[in-house]
Amino acid sequence: MSYVFSQAVNALQLGSIYALVALGYSMVYGIILLLNFAHGDIIMVGAYVTYYAMTSFHFHPLVSVVLAVIMCTLLGVVIEKVAYTPLRSAPRLSLLITAIGISFLLENGAQLLFGTDTKSMVQDPLIPGTLTIGDVSITYAALITILVSIVSMVALTILVQRTKLGKAMRAVSEDMGAAQLMGISLNRTISFTFAVGSALAGIGSVLHVASYFQASPMMGSMLGLKAFVAAVLGGIGSIPGAMIGGFAIGIVETLVTAAGLSTWKDGVVFAILIVVLLLKPTGILGKKITEKV
Amino acid sequence: MKKFLALLLAVAMTLALVACGGNGANNGANNGGNSTNNSGESADSGDASGDTIKIAIIGNTTGDYAQYGIPVSNGANLYIDQLNANGGINGKQVEVVEYDDKGDGVEAVNAFNLAMDQGITAVIGSVLTGPTITLADATYEVNMPQISASATAQGVTQIDPEDESAGIRTNVFRSCFIDPFQGQTMAHYAADKLSATTAAILYESGSDYSEGCMNGFVEACGELGIEIVATEAFATGDKDFNAQMTKIAAANPDVVFMPFYYSEAGLAITQGRQAGLTATILGADGFGGIKDYASAEDLEGTVYGSGYAPGTESVAQFEADYEETYGEAVPNMFAPLAYDAAMLLCEGLKAAEEQGLTAGSDEYKQAVIDAIASMNGVEGITGSYTFDEYNNPEKSVAMIQLQDGVEAFTEFYSFN
Repeated sequence: MSYVFSQAVNALQLGSIYALVALGYSMVYGIILLLNFAHGDIIMVGAYVTYYAMTSFHFHPLVSVVLAVIMCTLLGVVIEKVAYTPLRSAPRLSLLITAIGISFLLENGAQLLFGTDTKSMVQDPLIPGTLTIGDVSITYAALITILVSIVSMVALTILVQRTKLGKAMRAVSEDMGAAQLMGISLNRTISFTFAVGSALAGIGSVLHVASYFQASPMMGSMLGLKAFVAAVLGGIGSIPGAMIGGFAIGIVETLVTAAGLSTWKDGVVFAILIVVLLLKPTGILGKKITEKV
Repeated sequence: MKKFLALLLAVAMTLALVACGGNGANNGANNGGNSTNNSGESADSGDASGDTIKIAIIGNTTGDYAQYGIPVSNGANLYIDQLNANGGINGKQVEVVEYDDKGDGVEAVNAFNLAMDQGITAVIGSVLTGPTITLADATYEVNMPQISASATAQGVTQIDPEDESAGIRTNVFRSCFIDPFQGQTMAHYAADKLSATTAAILYESGSDYSEGCMNGFVEACGELGIEIVATEAFATGDKDFNAQMTKIAAANPDVVFMPFYYSEAGLAITQGRQAGLTATILGADGFGGIKDYASAEDLEGTVYGSGYAPGTESVAQFEADYEETYGEAVPNMFAPLAYDAAMLLCEGLKAAEEQGLTAGSDEYKQAVIDAIASMNGVEGITGSYTFDEYNNPEKSVAMIQLQDGVEAFTEFYSFN
């Protein structure tokens, strides 16, 4: 029983981080049809900010966390302004290539700036301790990861569904031209979307550091890819889809490992990507889009 | 839309490949670096002709992974300088011709050909696994004694590791141990010292180093009657081992073998302890430096085998000499292993000299090879050397144990 419970917690912990990252992918795709491959690397930057804030500047953990989220948000907006805004009317392929370029820039820049070795803050963890009830135990890090991501998702849903900015985001995503004619500021709305997506990445980075204690230059690349698979599985562009996809990938990975097939873990995840793209490219919750002529 | 998504898929898979490629480079680095110091110049002055014995040091002293090649060159030169200062071999000085192969197999063979023109009688090198194998093909053709301090792949001495009938390169030796040997040693240690009867394994799939160590461990466990209760894998770049460690903890093994590098190992150990794992953790030489990557409490009792035990009695003199000569502390295990490689080769030269043979002749080379192959417990600074039928050293391994967050040397262990 406690084994099943532990694996369920593992699945949810992993899944909530994937879901938070997948949300950023999905929101940006929903609004400007761009797969922001630099998104995973924003998490890496957030992890380094947390690391240096805590170990070099000895900030209070809460201050470090807030700082990391703010830095990620700013970085997301700066990337959008510098790299993506000038290309808004360019072919989508150019945008995609630019996104990959930014991703490489961040990864290699981090290697240059922070060194290639893995930074560990295990001696001074962000969220220490384990909660034990009867024969089941759960780390506070896992508990907080799951709770914070659920709260973030609820907040995001309210933001998108109930606020004026959320309405503007939905309108731009529906039809950019018509939204502009209705007096919605495109630049502001798109920047806001990047800011929200990157803030979620920032929260994801903090939770990642809390769970895995490490920052390394390449940590964002595989995480980003898995989150991309999650976003595609849920239906890229769909916010509830990204949440479902994230948790689904976390559960699948844990199930595959629990079944004794850990060698096949990543293979199964990428096989899901292929199967979804072949059979239902719009994903679980994606809208059926007819190609405009 | 479909086309666009298909394109995305292609991009995603390319990125996945790129990610894997990056890790490959890391693995390569750990399989031994090659470097050379100064090329083409003899490091020692020695009289030409019959009063000197010429040997070559070939390695990558520039370029990527020079952090492996430079210590190899330094360690080997240090031994030979000391030997010469003490009168050399049989009254003759050992003269070194040194070449930089830049980590490239073709360069290594070119260097070897140049060295042959200079009349060398033996080779120390190369450093990285790839160039060492290429160089070994060239030295095998002319039966030139060769010893590497750092190339850990089976294919260095075995012509085809998959096919034993292909034979071995009888002229090639090494002073480092090979990957499967590390796994075997840890299995024997678990049985002898920890009285383990059950074991679990977590390994990095796709890594030659990790899988090589694991294969040796599994094989030895079979011979020793240790039951493997769980074998779990992860992909390069993974940070989450919770599912694997929960599974291993549920199997409740006596020991868990983790043949991979310290940063992942630190995470896996932390996550395993959180999952309730109480087993002793065993590691290979990739664990060096793990103390900063998990808490002292979680690491307590963890044991790993290393090629070199810093600060111990047998290397103290070497460490002092190295620092005095090169102005820096011994950077890694490659320097002491190269010191031993030079020692082993010079012991071989000594045997050939005692037979009164002429340096550079075929009989002389064969005598050097025979002498090294038949060594039995020759003491080096990193352990004692005996070579097996594949010309790999069966040497004692320095066991390092984590005690209160410190990586402490406990003993030299050998299962033979």
